[in-house]
Amino acid sequence: MTKRKAQAGDVAGVAALPPGTFKREDRLTAWYITIAMVALFIGGSFGPLQKLEHVGINLYPTLAKIGIGSVRIQSYYQGLTAHGVLNALVWTTFFIVGFFTYAVPRSLGRPLSRPRVNLLALVMMITGLIMAAIPILTNLATVLYTFYPPMKASIFFYLGLVLVVVGSWVGGLSYSTYWQWRKDNPGQKTPFIALASIITMVMWQIATLGVATEILALIIPWVLGWTEGTDPQLARTFFWFTGHPLVYFWLLPAYVSWYAMLPKQAGGKMFSEQLARLVFWLFLVLSIPVGLHHQFLDPGVPAGWKAIHAVITYSLFLPSMATAFTVVASLEIGGRARGGKGLLGWIPKLPWGNPSYTAQNLAMILFVFGGIGGLTNASYNLNLAIHNTAWVPGHFHLTVGSAVTLTFFGIAYWLVPALTGKPLASRRAALAQAWTWFIGMLLMSNALHILGLNFGAPRRTALGLSPYVDPAWNPLQIEAAIGGIILGISGLLFFGNMLATALSRQRAEVRAEMPVAEPLHPEYETPGWLDSWRPWIVATVLLILVAYGPVLVSMIANINLTSPGVQIR
Amino acid sequence: MHIDRYERLFLSAAVALLVVFMGALAVSSFAYGIRVPTATERVDPRTVATPPSPWGEPVENRLRELSPGNYEVYILAQMWQFTPATITIPQGSRVTFYVTSKDVQHGFKLSGTNINMMALPGEVARLTATFDTPGTYNFICHEYCGALHHTMYGQLVVEE
Repeated sequence: MTKRKAQAGDVAGVAALPPGTFKREDRLTAWYITIAMVALFIGGSFGPLQKLEHVGINLYPTLAKIGIGSVRIQSYYQGLTAHGVLNALVWTTFFIVGFFTYAVPRSLGRPLSRPRVNLLALVMMITGLIMAAIPILTNLATVLYTFYPPMKASIFFYLGLVLVVVGSWVGGLSYSTYWQWRKDNPGQKTPFIALASIITMVMWQIATLGVATEILALIIPWVLGWTEGTDPQLARTFFWFTGHPLVYFWLLPAYVSWYAMLPKQAGGKMFSEQLARLVFWLFLVLSIPVGLHHQFLDPGVPAGWKAIHAVITYSLFLPSMATAFTVVASLEIGGRARGGKGLLGWIPKLPWGNPSYTAQNLAMILFVFGGIGGLTNASYNLNLAIHNTAWVPGHFHLTVGSAVTLTFFGIAYWLVPALTGKPLASRRAALAQAWTWFIGMLLMSNALHILGLNFGAPRRTALGLSPYVDPAWNPLQIEAAIGGIILGISGLLFFGNMLATALSRQRAEVRAEMPVAEPLHPEYETPGWLDSWRPWIVATVLLILVAYGPVLVSMIANINLTSPGVQIR
Repeated sequence: MHIDRYERLFLSAAVALLVVFMGALAVSSFAYGIRVPTATERVDPRTVATPPSPWGEPVENRLRELSPGNYEVYILAQMWQFTPATITIPQGSRVTFYVTSKDVQHGFKLSGTNINMMALPGEVARLTATFDTPGTYNFICHEYCGALHHTMYGQLVVEE
């Protein structure tokens, strides 16, 4: 077994490069994250409206009066579609590609060899976003972000989504600079941030084959009238082939920051760098063959396959538990280096005055609850208790809405100053933003979990207009609405701060830089199999074939294109 | 590869926890019979609402008593209603629900029970429950199915 040596380039190589080396990367990153933030601003603004609708304050008729021509939001469900697509798909994907475009070249200590490929990705993603946004805003794609067939939306909605996804693949290809780095650095282990980021993109490229197949093979021919109908069960199965790894595509960039950046911000070191590498490889292998755990209650999927996916999903708990241990241990090193003593005395010594740090630490705390809820969801027949209830949005607002989004806010608090060369406009507003997000999300997700588990309240339903609502739900709906409003205020604090930073005329005395944590034990050699792609790719493909092969082949062999569907307006 | 001793312990504890959870799931499935839907039969959504399909029968024939206290009921989901929308059974009945859709995807969750499933066009969702407590139980469509999704529900009445 070959061993790869640690090298100084892991940590400090970037500082030695001439200034301006990453000028193009920085410009591209600025575009991606600006679009991401605009998407979140628009998509997020529907969140409080949804919560108000649930307590009987329906602002959509008022909102419908505002608009230009047919561009207007007319209903709860149209707003909810915009909320889901813009937040879960656009904000995340654009931010992630932007973040990696910043971090991967710096981690490798060299600019992108083909920046135009990255530019092409940006152009494709923007084109796709516009193509999908127009039908959403004109009420021609009110099908929510899951767009389950045979609800039929405008063809441009689907084409736009495909372009965003394929654009993100192209973005991943632009990181092929990595292969040149390997040629130039034989025998050296890949710097952690680059490795983890590229594993994430490769996982995403394999995972999105599912949704690409769904749209290109099942939906587009049917929407164009080439086939009489479509197969809703098969479409769902392709969708969730992508749908669960999508969750890890959101989460892993946050893990990159927690593992390799946050300890530096806390004055600590990476506690177990090798295990961190193993964790990312495990996510590559295990993220995809688990999608049926979103389909436990589907009528057309054999229960045995559902059970197999439940077991594989459980195994994903382990890399996340390793993450919990390693990240907390890395932060503890920081807290102790800053003078913390005793069993818990290191916690108050952490840099709670730094909003970038605080946002991410609070994101981790919320993720603990998100993780526990996720284990419940994945627990096979236990899913009967909560499937499609308010519990589910309660859960994923702790994961993608907190662990991911609040971490991305934390990243933005150093990344935007790093890109602009300007100091963050207000540190105190940023701290208030992190804490209000934390409190708002605690209130909202707590209420949603109880509404789902104890009362069976359905998710994504205009409950303010519903005949079956039990008065016992009201106190919880009020709690959720208060949480939603606090989150709205928190969002405004974030966007205001970003805008003020971008427009400020101040220059920072020292330009902010990407924080990169050193390993605690650089003397431990990384085994070769932790820096080798082939075994992990082979394992990934094999496990997908085992977990999905027979069930998908049987479903495809028995395809029934008999659902003509309904155009939704 | 080096893994810290405490981290090793922590991960072993996590594995043990998962084993316990899996055991609990096995017990709940096999000893308590709490099942998820599985692939049974498929139907053609274009003809499912017309005879001889059981979902094409008149509403009053959808609930069938197979043997004393043992029922089956064929429920059709469509935008934005269930038929039958009201089902009445005596206390202590055992009921198997067969649910399908004739248009888009719907959901079917019967409050206070372990009955929760997706109603998809072309597929038949099937689950069974026993009703020992009298009362009125809502079944709610929990999958978005268009503009009036929030009005789609029905009721199961368990009589003493």
